[in-house]
Amino acid sequence: MALSRIWVYAEAADGKVAPITLEMLTKARELAGTVEAVYGDGDTDAVAEALGAHGATKLYATGDLQGHTPAVPVASAIAKLIEGGDAPDLILFGTTYEGRDVAARLSVALDKPVITNSTDIAVDGDAVVLTEPVFGGTKLVRTKFTTAGPNIALIRPKSFAAEESGGGAPEVVTIEVPDYGSAKVTNRHVEETSGPKLDEAAIVVSGGRGLGDAEKYKVIEDLAKALKGAPGASRAIVDAGWVPYSYQVGQTGKVVKPNVYIAAGISGATQHLVGMKGAKNIIAINKDAEAPIFSVADLGIVGDVHKVLPKLLEALQAR
Amino acid sequence: MAPMNVVVCVKQIPDPAEPGKLEADNTLDRSGKLILDESDSYGVEMALQLADAAGGGEVTLVSMAPNGETSGLRTALAMGAAKAILVSDDALSGAGALDTAKVLAAAIKRAEPDLVLAATESSDGYTGTVPEQVAALLGLTSVTFAKEVHIDGQAVKVQRQTELGYDEVEAELPALVSVTAGVVEPRYPSFKGIMAAKSKPVDQLTLSDLGIDAATVGSAGAGQEIVAVDDAPAREAGEIIEDDGEAFGKIVAYLENLKVI
Repeated sequence: MALSRIWVYAEAADGKVAPITLEMLTKARELAGTVEAVYGDGDTDAVAEALGAHGATKLYATGDLQGHTPAVPVASAIAKLIEGGDAPDLILFGTTYEGRDVAARLSVALDKPVITNSTDIAVDGDAVVLTEPVFGGTKLVRTKFTTAGPNIALIRPKSFAAEESGGGAPEVVTIEVPDYGSAKVTNRHVEETSGPKLDEAAIVVSGGRGLGDAEKYKVIEDLAKALKGAPGASRAIVDAGWVPYSYQVGQTGKVVKPNVYIAAGISGATQHLVGMKGAKNIIAINKDAEAPIFSVADLGIVGDVHKVLPKLLEALQAR
Repeated sequence: MAPMNVVVCVKQIPDPAEPGKLEADNTLDRSGKLILDESDSYGVEMALQLADAAGGGEVTLVSMAPNGETSGLRTALAMGAAKAILVSDDALSGAGALDTAKVLAAAIKRAEPDLVLAATESSDGYTGTVPEQVAALLGLTSVTFAKEVHIDGQAVKVQRQTELGYDEVEAELPALVSVTAGVVEPRYPSFKGIMAAKSKPVDQLTLSDLGIDAATVGSAGAGQEIVAVDDAPAREAGEIIEDDGEAFGKIVAYLENLKVI
């Protein structure tokens, strides 16, 4: 049985709809007769076309939030719609900074649970069933909602491939924001990065504690550059302050699915594996032959990263 | 400056270094010794620093754990927190994120904090929704994913992690802020701190103490049910070799074969 209606919380940066939003719209089309989007920013016109092209037939838009962070305004606007009798069976949010906040606020407003970290969605009879990988992705837990809708779920990026539906521009409906909350953004800082983005790169080279100290991370950046890829990191070295949080691959950081993932000096804690085991090809270099990273590696080198990486870099640069 | 009372939500979790196990009802096995979630040590450190900077005030820990478990709380008390509230009740087995948030919110209310701190997510359940749910239940404004936190009069100023860099965000107190790991360097408990922690007050509460109906939280009220746990399809075993000084060549050949170089 299919659901009748799904809402997808849409996100965008600089007028470009986030990949996770398009992925969720695509999956939602499989599960429900009607797919609609909710958007919490002012540039509605900029995003409407892409949302429509991926299957959203209606776009509920709050309009500009005047610098307020989205959790309170967007959740209160959705709750108001639902109280007014306009309710879907399921509302999907991406596992992102904003998606988690809005979903959590909404769950309190509706007094409904959120199922999180989902990588698949199915409908079984009347129930929505979500799949969540646990223990480093070695086990898959399927959980179903036992309450009436609307159900709320958080979906991990890159769980589905985005495909266009050929749909036209959606009908735009402006929705009321009952509460903006007091949290306001006073300034935005964009970190300058060169090369491809970590979660979009075809090749990712990540470093971990096995590098020894912060200065040794440079070889990771150099290798990423030589391969036209993006540098990444394990949680351990982000927590240690060697590299910024935005470099982190794993449960807490970015989910990456590159063609090639090179893990250097990373033992492969479950928290890291969840973020990268979807890579097509995995190369691991670690001095400990028992390191869990080797259980997912297509090519594993048991050796010293300080010896292997400089030679690898030299060979690549000589080409 | 006025003294600051800060509540820190902390979780006591099974040691992440040990392989995790599921109980017969598919909930996480929490029967062994529980430790302070490392992610929470940053919030505790931040709270201690903010109370210090305000020239006084108390840091109170709030936690929910089975079997009256306090070993993780003692670690945070040894770091310098003044006291703890622990909610422990058999009816909470199988509690979801929203249930947990309801319990924490009820306990936090008792401490009347100026600021509530939490990690962005726990290292075992990692739903990442509890802090925002707690804020919503308490009617507090919230800022999540903070990498820097300052108090300025009646406002909290936060550098908040974003996809592209960070935002400067301001909110009125009282507020809830969730902090990322690595924001501050958590102190190691001193010997004196460890000794002092043994006699610091831990207020142990049940659901009825908090006026929460057991039927509305825990597996009874979670609104979700695990239907299956299966092994994930394993990756095919790869080629593992010892470096003989020339292993880098293997990597080059592998990349060549994929036509990415």
